[in-house]
Amino acid sequence: MKRLSGFRRKRIAGPILMVAALFTIGTAFGVASALPSSQHEMSSGTSTLVSEGKAIFLRGCSSCHGLNAEGGGIAPSLIGVGAAAVDFQVGTGRMPMADMSQQAMQKKPLYNPDETAALASYVASLAPGPSAVTNESLNFERDGNSAEGGQLFRTNCAMCHNFAGQGGALTNGKYAPSLMGVEPKYIYEAMVTGPQSMPKFTNTTITPQEKLSIIKWLQQANHEANQGGASLGRTGPVTEGLLVWTLGIGILIGIAVWLAMKAK
Amino acid sequence: MKKSQKIGGSVANYVDERTGAAKWVKKNLNKVFPDHWSFMLGEICLYSFIILLLSGTFLTFWFDPSQRDVVYNGAYAPLSGVSMSAAYASTLHISFDVRGGLLMRQIHHWAALIFMVAIVVHLFRVFFTGAFRKPREFNWLIGIGLLTFGIVEGFLGYSLPDDLLSGTGIRIAEAILQAIPVVGSYLAFFAFGGPFPGTAFIPRIYMVHILLLPGLFLALITIHLMLVWYQKHTQYPGPGRTEKNVVGYPLMPVYMAKAGGFFFIVFGVTAFLGAVASINPIWLYGPYTPGQISAGSQPDWYMGWLDGLVRMSPPLETHAFGHTISWNILLPGLILPGILFTGMALYPFIESWISGDKREHHLLDRPRNAPNRTALGAMSIAFMIISLANGGNDVIATHFHLTINGIMWFTRFGLFIVPPIVFLITKRICLSLQRADRDLVLHGRETGRLVMMPNGEMIEVHEQISDAKKWTLTQHQSADALPAPLPESAKLGIKGKLRARMNQANAVQVPAATVTEFKELGEGHH
Repeated sequence: MKRLSGFRRKRIAGPILMVAALFTIGTAFGVASALPSSQHEMSSGTSTLVSEGKAIFLRGCSSCHGLNAEGGGIAPSLIGVGAAAVDFQVGTGRMPMADMSQQAMQKKPLYNPDETAALASYVASLAPGPSAVTNESLNFERDGNSAEGGQLFRTNCAMCHNFAGQGGALTNGKYAPSLMGVEPKYIYEAMVTGPQSMPKFTNTTITPQEKLSIIKWLQQANHEANQGGASLGRTGPVTEGLLVWTLGIGILIGIAVWLAMKAK
Repeated sequence: MKKSQKIGGSVANYVDERTGAAKWVKKNLNKVFPDHWSFMLGEICLYSFIILLLSGTFLTFWFDPSQRDVVYNGAYAPLSGVSMSAAYASTLHISFDVRGGLLMRQIHHWAALIFMVAIVVHLFRVFFTGAFRKPREFNWLIGIGLLTFGIVEGFLGYSLPDDLLSGTGIRIAEAILQAIPVVGSYLAFFAFGGPFPGTAFIPRIYMVHILLLPGLFLALITIHLMLVWYQKHTQYPGPGRTEKNVVGYPLMPVYMAKAGGFFFIVFGVTAFLGAVASINPIWLYGPYTPGQISAGSQPDWYMGWLDGLVRMSPPLETHAFGHTISWNILLPGLILPGILFTGMALYPFIESWISGDKREHHLLDRPRNAPNRTALGAMSIAFMIISLANGGNDVIATHFHLTINGIMWFTRFGLFIVPPIVFLITKRICLSLQRADRDLVLHGRETGRLVMMPNGEMIEVHEQISDAKKWTLTQHQSADALPAPLPESAKLGIKGKLRARMNQANAVQVPAATVTEFKELGEGHH
């Protein structure tokens, strides 16, 4: 201790401290400035994509989401939602919204895939977020396990989307859409970004591999032959009850009437 | 005598000498049954019950009513390696590995739905035609018993496979048990042999489903049919039909052939449904685990109205003396159904108390001639349809793009507003139909032929209806009001006053056309 405090009083201490401080700040600055510049280099091709995306954004989205995607009274901020959210919302036609009803409906996409990609890279350039995926990058056939996927689906998804992914009702006219025929990448992106009323399933709650299992199970359910005849919509006993009260008892009463007529 | 007749005769003689059956058989094979399509609704119940016994027996050969854990390794790939109960695994085995197993399962389930539908439609027929009146009150009570046990039996049946949907249903049944004040938790513990779900429940309900309730059904159906036999079948009014005779066909051969044929037709229709329409696809639901639930979890339709009532009930709860009373479950799940079923069971006695009618009735009412009863029935059906609709509110919401909250609020109010409106409308329709009958008898059928008289007057030609039809339209006894209360009986009491009020309302009727009226008109203009 004595030696250390003695050193502090020496005349050389001041200049040494000065050099050390300069060295630290310089290194930190260098590292910090190097990061964005390397990203910039990597995406020099996308910088035009970003500005293209920004142009589309200003035209089609900014009236609700704000000029800098900061959000407004009627629409959320898009800073940090990532390319995945844009790819899902715009790619499935949910955005731009047709009307301000309960929930954005799936419809024919307004923007083509290139425009969607441009929008996605603009939104991604605002702040880091989950990136978009492609159907090809999701090798669910190889990496997924459908039995595990079924269990995960029943635990995490079936309470809204129904046991067979047929969709279900939520409160006040909102709904969980049917998952039949939905492209694997949109299912993946929906899980990652949590659109509308859906919760976000981060990679810690459901790992990427588990997500692939869910997709594999859904694909299987989608293509599964209807065992035992017409599926009646896979919505449970309501349609079964409807069928028995119409066709079932209808045929039987019809035959009873016919039998009673024959006797005359 | 031919050789075959000789052999037949000696066999019959052999049996008769030992049982004395000939006299009984002769008497009963000539018994006459009236013929009408609506009398075959009860037969549909009986035949679907037989189908249920046969297909159910087939299913017991492979079903394993146990909740022990197994790992599935059967033919259905999407569930392979999944841990589940033996009950669920054996149901999958029946569906995918047993030859004809899935068809039998589906026949069994469709037959159960048809059984319940036929019971309800049969009940409608008996109610609206007044077939429950003296002397058939006991048979009405047995019928209500069969309906109630049918609901329970059906519920237990679809609870057995231990799939995600049936487990959800059992969970709700447990909640209803627990809602019984004070003893609820003990009852639930007793039924489940510990906390939910436990391992005791499915083996227990299996025994109730395949042994206790079918036994009860057999006993009650036997008594039901014996009473029909003993009291003879009711018949619709018509010429030559009185309270003292039965017009129809003898049991042998006409009725037996028709009934036998109808059994095969019912079996055929059930098998057809089982073959072409999937029912309760348990492999899609997955095995039951208390942590999972599916959107749109519904009971089968005969429980759906109960589920609808529970879904619309407001969140009411009281805490008293350290106990919680969950009115939100207790009211729609136990109290309301209790009141409805008690009222339905007691209806024949209530009606005869109101009308003061203690006579025997073997001729059926045409529904229009009992406007109050018909209106009450229509009102009850409206009540059931509204609660049933709310039972499927989520499916209705998604398929018709409605809001589930909107449906719930509509049914909450509709349950109290719509049935009385239906009552009033039905009663008015009945009285109008009575008026139409009266016109038809007095003025005949409108032919649509317009004739111009020499003086330029245009008239429509009316055609007299047949005498048989006239008889049918005028034979009914009008519901007379009770004698007006004597002045000193102003102290009737609340019960007496209520009875007098309802009796007056019940006696509202358009008088049937009489012979004198008809003759007077015949002499006159028309």
